[in-house]
Amino acid sequence: MIAVQSPFESLTVLIAEDSAADRLLLSTIVRRQGHEVLTAANGAEAVEVFRQQRPQLVLMDAMMPVMDGFEAAQQIKALAGETLVPIIFLTSLTESEGLARCLEAGGDDFLAKPYNQVILAAKIKAMDRLRRLQATVLQQRDQIARHHNYLLNEQRVAKAVFDKVAHSGCLNAPNIRYLQSPYALFNGDLLLAAFTPAGDMHVLLGDFTGHGLPAAVGAMPLAEVFYGMTAKGYGLSETLREMNAKLKRILPVDMFCCATLLCLSFQRRSVEVWNGGMPDGYLHNIASDERTPLTARHLPLGVLSPETFDDRTEVFPMALGDRVFLLSDGVIDTCDADEQLFGVERLHQVFAANRQPEELFEEIEQALQDFRGEARDDVSMVEVSLLDATQMRPPTLVYSDSGQSCPLDWSVSFEFRAASLKRFNPLPYLLQLLLEVHGLRAQSGALYSVLAELYSNALEHGVLGLDSSLKRDASGFARYYQERNARLDALRSGYVRVHLEVVPTGEGGCLSIRVEDSGKGFDIARVMERPAENVRLSGRGVNLVQQLGRNASWSDNGRSARVEFFWEALA
Amino acid sequence: MDDPHLNRDVLVALQEVMEDEYPMLLDTFLADSEERLSLLRQQKDAGQLMETAHSFKGSSSNMGAVRLADLCHELEHCAKEQHPLPELEKLIGEIDREFAVVRPLYEAERQRSRYEKATVRRF
Repeated sequence: MIAVQSPFESLTVLIAEDSAADRLLLSTIVRRQGHEVLTAANGAEAVEVFRQQRPQLVLMDAMMPVMDGFEAAQQIKALAGETLVPIIFLTSLTESEGLARCLEAGGDDFLAKPYNQVILAAKIKAMDRLRRLQATVLQQRDQIARHHNYLLNEQRVAKAVFDKVAHSGCLNAPNIRYLQSPYALFNGDLLLAAFTPAGDMHVLLGDFTGHGLPAAVGAMPLAEVFYGMTAKGYGLSETLREMNAKLKRILPVDMFCCATLLCLSFQRRSVEVWNGGMPDGYLHNIASDERTPLTARHLPLGVLSPETFDDRTEVFPMALGDRVFLLSDGVIDTCDADEQLFGVERLHQVFAANRQPEELFEEIEQALQDFRGEARDDVSMVEVSLLDATQMRPPTLVYSDSGQSCPLDWSVSFEFRAASLKRFNPLPYLLQLLLEVHGLRAQSGALYSVLAELYSNALEHGVLGLDSSLKRDASGFARYYQERNARLDALRSGYVRVHLEVVPTGEGGCLSIRVEDSGKGFDIARVMERPAENVRLSGRGVNLVQQLGRNASWSDNGRSARVEFFWEALA
Repeated sequence: MDDPHLNRDVLVALQEVMEDEYPMLLDTFLADSEERLSLLRQQKDAGQLMETAHSFKGSSSNMGAVRLADLCHELEHCAKEQHPLPELEKLIGEIDREFAVVRPLYEAERQRSRYEKATVRRF
């Protein structure tokens, strides 16, 4: 990197001296010390010689005709720019005032008359060391600048590639507000959002350990898993398991990813949450102005083995307009000048003082700035609100195949038994299968929602025997999902059967779905009687199936549900 | 060496440094000094007197002309402090006389070195 220089390097030395005898004497001394000598008889000549031949060191008489040494020194220093060209003033000046002038003019040292060879040699050597040191510093500075630019460019490219991956999602959806530094990726912060086939929204706010490229590297596979599995209709649990397993496999031991995952269901008006190592998120109930903390209950992703990883989520009801707020640890870990943390208490004070929910981000940023004395660029915040399902428009999916080979006359039956029901989510597979039928693709959202609803009804109310009336209020809602997890863990027997049948009808076709379970069944007539407006947190499923599918019917005491989807000739 | 006019040690050192160019150095010094002396005699401006005296002092000290350098230093100082002109003129006279003393010493030195050069076989 740095050129190795010989201990003695011959220099080109400019001697500016008006006295011919002194000039001759000094030239001879310097030449005998192995250097090359240029001479000038006054300051103006010295500047001109310097301009043309760029000597490395200057011996300059202070008092000279035409242009004195002070002026010449200033001009030479200006010409030399960043390069250090040491100037040693030759002077018999004894007054400190005169010596000070030499330094002010840019002189680096003095040599008094009469000349002493030994001292002159020592001074030239010392100045040469200084000169080389400066050259090395400049060289290293330029090298650092080059490396820095190189690094920035790499980051730009990496960010551009990553943005293609990360922003394939729906961060621009009308119910999402977020704040992130443009280079958050290199702070290890990651924000992803995507619609599921059923129109639910998955959101991930992650924070990798470390900074810079290592922190950014893990973001890529995480985003791929998140988008791939969300698009295929996997739930949070399966997605989490896969993300954890993947990070565990690829990341070094000391690297992991704190993350909060949300599944916001606009149809069910609920949010499912998994928090591994992130600061508390908050579910803001607008009507009561209460904030429910969404606390970390798990270790970060990439820490535990797939066998010990806990994918359990919590589900909370939401009303229209309610918001979920997530933040990175940059917020509460912000320190002031005395190493005091901003902390959760101060965050709560900002919440309490907030009047316009739209201004919350700005208020938090302002509070951090006031607290710390300067702004931070590694704070990530996201707020997701629950809008009416009709306001959300999931993007239509794009299929690459032509549809010529689509199957049009078939049926298939599955039976999922206890061990599968515990951990396996068959919906993505069923949906993939059904979307091979071209005519069904336009209704994929409705299809998935209905399948999901029928499957979870069969599992939760049928096999697990959970009473949906538990979900009448918020605390019951939470209890319902705790109970669901407990019963699922304890499940030894039972089944859910899914029958799918596709038949062509004229130019179009018909899909009938039948879902049966091993449960006790329910009083169909009573559920159907309940007026829809009384249905708040429970029983929404039946309505949903009736609205989205055709000819929905229940038989065998509610143990068997049937619904149909039709399609016309394709354009 | 307790020559009050000339420091012989300096001359030995100069000859060692200059080698073949030693006589040329002596000639240059004498010519330079003549020029400076005539400048000193003509100049009435204190600032220019000071500068000429300063330069003369520098080369005299380099050449071992101890007393000449001292006198130039005194002139430089008095010119700077704006002493009355007669006092400066008196000093210039002393410098003139001192140069008249050392000049033959340098000329003799030149002769000696020429002779030395002619007789000493060098390698």
